[in-house]
Amino acid sequence: MAEALLRVDNLVRRYGGITATDNLSMEVVAGELHAIIGPNGAGKTTLISQLTGQVMPNSGTIRFAGRDVTGLPSYKRSRLGLARSFQITSLLKDFSAIDNVALAAQAHDGHSFRFWGNARKERQLRATARAALERVGLGKRADIVVSQLSHGEQRELELAVALATKPQLLLLDEPMAGLGVTESARMVALLKELRKEVTIVLVEHDMEAVFALADRITVLVYGRVIACDVPDAIRKDEEVKRAYLGEQHAVTRHG
Amino acid sequence: MMPKLNASNAVAALMCAALILLPVYSAATGNIFILTLFTRITIYALAAASLNLIMGYGGMMSFGHAAYLGIGGYAVGILAAEGIGSGFIQWPVALAVSALFALLIGSLSLRTRGVYFIMITLAFAQMAYYVASALSRYGGDDGLTVYKRSDFAGLINLSDRTQFYYLCLACLFGGLYLIWRIVNSRFGLVVQGVRSNEQRMQAIGFHANRYRLVCFVIAGTICGLAGALLANNTDFVSPAVMYWTRSGDLMVMVILGGMGSLFGPVVGAIVYLLLEELLSQFTEYSGLILGPVLLLIVLFARGGIMGLLGRMRRG
Repeated sequence: MAEALLRVDNLVRRYGGITATDNLSMEVVAGELHAIIGPNGAGKTTLISQLTGQVMPNSGTIRFAGRDVTGLPSYKRSRLGLARSFQITSLLKDFSAIDNVALAAQAHDGHSFRFWGNARKERQLRATARAALERVGLGKRADIVVSQLSHGEQRELELAVALATKPQLLLLDEPMAGLGVTESARMVALLKELRKEVTIVLVEHDMEAVFALADRITVLVYGRVIACDVPDAIRKDEEVKRAYLGEQHAVTRHG
Repeated sequence: MMPKLNASNAVAALMCAALILLPVYSAATGNIFILTLFTRITIYALAAASLNLIMGYGGMMSFGHAAYLGIGGYAVGILAAEGIGSGFIQWPVALAVSALFALLIGSLSLRTRGVYFIMITLAFAQMAYYVASALSRYGGDDGLTVYKRSDFAGLINLSDRTQFYYLCLACLFGGLYLIWRIVNSRFGLVVQGVRSNEQRMQAIGFHANRYRLVCFVIAGTICGLAGALLANNTDFVSPAVMYWTRSGDLMVMVILGGMGSLFGPVVGAIVYLLLEELLSQFTEYSGLILGPVLLLIVLFARGGIMGLLGRMRRG
């Protein structure tokens, strides 16, 4: 089998006495939608942040597309095709929606030491941005300032920004966080479309969504992987039930 | 794209027209004082506009911006003292030294954020101040008299009041045009994006600090030009132009006029220096009035004067 798109080996990250990532190893294969679940404080966001380079591990390696990226800063990983969305919406609040996306496209179109031409009039950047906005259903909201968008729209914009960087691997940190029922359903439908084009790592609390979307699920508890398998097997796994699902019977019921 | 017709644009247009016509008024009324006053104002407006580029658009609160006024001024003064009177040499040197200084302090101070950034830029400017004070060959504490203004081979005569005023005004307008282009360019959007959310900009693939540093150097270079003008205007340069209170004055002009507004610093410089001039005729304690005015602006008009005007629809 060819090398996995993303391969994490023996990753460790400590915060004082707490080990947020505890000798963690995992693989993401190209083309799959790989969900990461685990109770609060299991270290999911810490893991994502290490994958994208916002947090550096104490030890271990991260390989992406056949390359060791463990020491690379986040902007370089982004150029290699690693994109993320943030659990807590992180956008340029005083910019319009389309500016947010166009900047993401601009970041992947050579350097930006261009001082003269009006960037907002560059057709190609605007077209890429518009396409990404259409993709997530924000086509009509392009010129609205981000702070005026609803929470759900901001979550969709997060996705459009990530898409505009033309990623090979999309790391989504709780894209459903804070969304209402209809908004969640729209997001699930959108992710179902996106997974056909791009490999996705999905961190999510919404179990219904996870089991509906995932090809494989990795279960994290106290920074350790306790299981990694297809959804059906995860549902039956005794250790997972004890450690995690025991408190949330919802999952077994939905099966 | 037609600029929107609103109060702030109208004020900006009127202001430009008034600045252009000022020498006519001065000649007609024989009021020379107003021309010399506004020469000084345009120079400070250029310095404030350059500070606005990093402070307003880039979110970098530099508290040492007056250092470039001194560096540009000393470049002119020292070269003049050493017998090199040509502006074609003096001015490029002034710009180059300012750019180098900005590169040096930028590459060190941009590793920090917030209060630390303010303190480090302040410390570097104070260092420049003390270095200038120690230059005994060039007047030390007392400053350095520039006996002859920069010579541009007969192209323009800097000793002629009107010509010099128009040169300063041209530099101001040129600087503003440059800043306007930069702010709307790819580069400018990145710098403003980093101000808004640095983590996000890194995550989508921008090496934030590299863009901030280049912006910092551009601003320092423009301010160095203002310094070269200032030395010619006063025929004198002293460490006092670099003192931290001067940097504070520039910050006040930017905040008063409106951070992140193209013409804000110009309005700020005009209002601040006019107020200072007017108040000094009545009282020694002009700060007693200027202080509260600034406080009111900061408390009730976050966008400064231009921000206030912008909120008024068609005046």
